[in-house]
Amino acid sequence: MVVPSLKLQDLIEEIRGAKTQAQEREVIQKECAHIRASFRDGDPLHRHRQLAKLLYVHMLGYPAHFGQMECLKLIASPRFTDKRVGYLGAMLLLDERQDAHLLITNSIKNDLSQGIQAVQGLALCTLSTMGSAEMCRDLATEVEKLLLQPSSYVRKKAVLTAVHMIRKVPELSNIFLPPCAQLLHERHHGILLGTITLITELCERSPAALKHFRKVVPQLVKILRTLVTTGYSTEHSISGVSDPFLQVRILRLLRILGRNHEESSETMNDLLAQVATNTDTSRNAGSAVLFETVLTIMDIRSAPGLRVLAVNILGRFLLNNDKNIRYVALTSLLRMVQSDHSAVQRHRPTVVECLREPDASLSRRALELSLALVNSSNVRAMTQELQSFLESCPPDLRADCASGILLAAERFAPTKRWHIDTILRVLTTAGIYVRDDAVANLTQLIGGAQELHAYSVRRLYSALAEDISQQPLVQVAAWCIGEYGDLLLEGSCEETEPLQVEEEEVLALLEKVLQSHMSQPATRGYALTALMKLSTRLRGDSNRIRQVVSIYGSCLDVELQQRAVEYNTLFQKYDHMRAAILEKMPLVERGGSQVDGEAKESKEAQLSETALVSTEPQASKLLDLLDLLDGTSGDAQPPPPLDPSPGGALVHLLDLPGAPPPPPSIPNLRVFEREGLQLNLSFVRPSGTPALLLIMVTATNTSGADVTHFICQAAVPKSFQLQLQAPSGDTLPAQGGLPVTQLLRILNPNKAPLRLKLRLTYNHFGQSVQEIFEVNNLPVETWQ
Amino acid sequence: MIKFFLMVNKQGQTRLSKYYEHVEINKRTLLETEVIRSCLSRSNEQCSFIEFKDFKLIYRQYAALFIVVGVNDTENEMAIYEFIHNFVEVLDEYFSRVVNNV
Repeated sequence: MVVPSLKLQDLIEEIRGAKTQAQEREVIQKECAHIRASFRDGDPLHRHRQLAKLLYVHMLGYPAHFGQMECLKLIASPRFTDKRVGYLGAMLLLDERQDAHLLITNSIKNDLSQGIQAVQGLALCTLSTMGSAEMCRDLATEVEKLLLQPSSYVRKKAVLTAVHMIRKVPELSNIFLPPCAQLLHERHHGILLGTITLITELCERSPAALKHFRKVVPQLVKILRTLVTTGYSTEHSISGVSDPFLQVRILRLLRILGRNHEESSETMNDLLAQVATNTDTSRNAGSAVLFETVLTIMDIRSAPGLRVLAVNILGRFLLNNDKNIRYVALTSLLRMVQSDHSAVQRHRPTVVECLREPDASLSRRALELSLALVNSSNVRAMTQELQSFLESCPPDLRADCASGILLAAERFAPTKRWHIDTILRVLTTAGIYVRDDAVANLTQLIGGAQELHAYSVRRLYSALAEDISQQPLVQVAAWCIGEYGDLLLEGSCEETEPLQVEEEEVLALLEKVLQSHMSQPATRGYALTALMKLSTRLRGDSNRIRQVVSIYGSCLDVELQQRAVEYNTLFQKYDHMRAAILEKMPLVERGGSQVDGEAKESKEAQLSETALVSTEPQASKLLDLLDLLDGTSGDAQPPPPLDPSPGGALVHLLDLPGAPPPPPSIPNLRVFEREGLQLNLSFVRPSGTPALLLIMVTATNTSGADVTHFICQAAVPKSFQLQLQAPSGDTLPAQGGLPVTQLLRILNPNKAPLRLKLRLTYNHFGQSVQEIFEVNNLPVETWQ
Repeated sequence: MIKFFLMVNKQGQTRLSKYYEHVEINKRTLLETEVIRSCLSRSNEQCSFIEFKDFKLIYRQYAALFIVVGVNDTENEMAIYEFIHNFVEVLDEYFSRVVNNV
C-alpha cells in the first residue's frame, strides 16, 4: 500500500508544531526517509512535491544532497510545475563544486531556445545564480540572442545573466559588448539598471571596453538628467528621489569612465553640479545619491569650483545629526585630505568635535582625519585636543593616537621645549601604548637640546617620582638622570619651579626602579647604567652605588649581571679611568630617513611594524625588515670590553688608540644547516671604508633533492644600513651542485654591535620550508 | 560588491543567509556569531556601519530582527542602507505582516 505523501504545507505545519529541537529532528528524519524511498521508486507524479519538501528541510539546515539527481530529472521534464521546482532545487543544491552541475547545461540550452518566456526566465535565473565557467562559455551565445528579445521580462533576466557570465569568464566581453549600446535606450528601469551594471563590469575588467564606452557618456548624462528632473513617479520614487538605486549606479559608472580622462569629465561637470544642488537630502535616499555624487566629483578631473562644492557638501554632512551621514562624511574627507588639503582644513573644528563622539567607528575616523589635518600653524591647538582625546579614548585607539601625536610633534614642533613637553605628556598618559622607538627618539632629542638639559631632567625626575610603572617613561627618565644628574642637583632652573633634590633621594629612586617588579629587564639595564654614571656626577661618596652594583653582579638576568660585573671591575681596577669612561655622551646619530617613511604611514589606522619586503635586484633603498630593536641604542657605547684576565686587558686597552690594525681576515661562519642545505657567511672589511662590512652568503646543497625557490632575506638593527644584492640564482641542484651566493653590504657608521637576522624560504623534498633565525656568535671584528 | 546577506534574530539564530562568495560551512557559523555580536553590542546612538575584518557591515534593526549586509569597500554604504529597507518593503508587499510598523 502506498502511503499518500504529505503536502508541503502539511509538513511545514508539522515541523512548526514540534515543541523541541529533538522532536523537530525526528519529524524531519522520518520525512526524509519517505522522500528517499520515493526517489528510489521513481514516482514521476509526486516528484516535485517531494523535492519541494526537501528544499524546505534544506533551508532549515539539514543535509539534502541526495536530491541533486532529482533536480536534473525534474528540469528535463516537460511540465512547468516540475521545471519550476527543479530549477529552484538546482539553484540551492547544485553549485560549482558538485560534479553533477554540468549535466544541466543541455537542459538549460534547450529551455533557452524554446520560446516560452516563463521557462526561459527560469533557465536564465538558474544560470545566473550557479553558472560555472564552463557552463557560461557554452551558453554565452544563447544568452546574447536573448538580450534583444521583444519581451522585457526575458531581456531583464538575460542582462543579469550576462553580468554573472562576465564576472565568471571575462573573455566573453567581446560577445556582450555590442548589444550594450542598444540596451541603453531602454525605458524599463530594471533592464537599464542591469545594463549599467553590465557596462560597469566590462569597463572594470578590460581597458579596451573602457575606451569603447567613453562614447556613451553623453547618453548616460542625458538619462541621469531625466531622472533628476523628473517629477514624482509612482513606480520609481523613494522618499521623493526618482529611483535612487539607478542614479547611484549611473554615477558610479560615470566615475569609472571619467577617471583620468579630461573630455569625459568635462561633459559631466554640469550634470554633477545639477545633481548636487537639486537632490533633496532630508531623507536617506537623497543623501545616498549626494554621497555618490561627491565621490564621483572627487575621483574625476573635475573643475576646481566643483571640488570646493563637494567639500562643502561633506562639511554640511558633518554637521548633520544622523550618525551614518557623519560617518560617510569623515571617510570621504579622509580620502580627500591629500589632494584638497586647504579645503578640508576649513572643516577642522567640526572634525575635532567628532573626536568626542561615543561611537567607536566615528571617533576612529575622526582621529585619522585629525592626524592628517595637523600642520605647522595649528599644531599646538590640535595636539592639545588630541591629548585630551588620548586620556579618554578606548584602549584600541590609544596606540594609534599616541603614535600619531608623537609623529605630528616630530614633524611640526615649534620649539624643542614644546616637543619635549608633548612627548613627556604622551608618555605619562599612555606610556605603554607608544611604539618602541619613542624612547630612542626622545633620548636623542633631549641629548641634542643642550639648553634644555636642566629643564628636561627636572621634569623627568618629578614624573618618575610620581609613577614608576610606565616603562618608556622610566627608561627615558633613568637615562636622563644618569646623564645630567649634576644639573638636577644644582638647584635652580628658571623654567620650572625650584626643586630641591638630595643625592640620597635620587639614588633611592633609581634603586626603587631597579627593584620594582614592574620594571622590565631593559628598564633595569637603564637604571643600573644611570646609577653608574651618577657615581662620577655626584659629589658625595659612591659607596652606596658600589654596593648596589656589586649586588647585581649575581643577578639572574645575564645582561644585568654582565653590566654589574663590568661596572664592578670599573670601580675596582680601573677607578682612574672611570671618570673618562662615564663622561657625558656625544650626540647619537640616528637613521633619519625613518621619519619620512613613517609620516606617510601615519595616514593608516594601524602602523604595522613588520613589513617583509622581498629583495630587489640592485636595491638601493634602505631595507628595514623585521624591526630589530636595539634596546640599548639610548646609551650607545657600552664600556669597552673589560677583559677580567690581568695583563691581557691593559694591552688590549692600549691597543685602541694606536695605529689602525690591518684588516684582519675574519673567520667564516656556518649559520644554518638542515637536511643537507647549508648556509655559510664569509666576511670582508675593506680597509678603505672602515664602516663597511661585506658579507657573502653561500648556500650549498649536499642532499639528494633539489632546493628550489630559494630566497634569503636579512634584517639588521635600525642604526645600520643594509643592501642586499641580487642572488646568483634561486635553485640549488642536488648532490653538491653549484652553490647560490648573495652579497650583503652593511654600513655601520656607529660601530654598534652587529645583530643579523636571516629568513630563508625554499622548497625542499616537496615541502615548502621557512626558517627565521638570528645569527649568533658573529665575530667581533665584523663590527668593531 | 555584496559579499553576504544575513537575517539574524536577537537570540543569535540565523533566519536567512545568502553568501555570494564561497565560504566554508564551519566558517559560516563563526562569521555569523561574530557579526551578530558586533551588531548587538551597538546602541541606538551609534551609526549603522561597522568595520569588520576586510568587510564593511551595514545593518538595520527591525523589531527583533537584524538584517546585515556585508560589502567590500567599493560600495556606497548609504545606498545599501536604503536597499535593505527596499527589501523589507518588497517582502512586506508579497507576504504581508512581515514587520508591522515600518
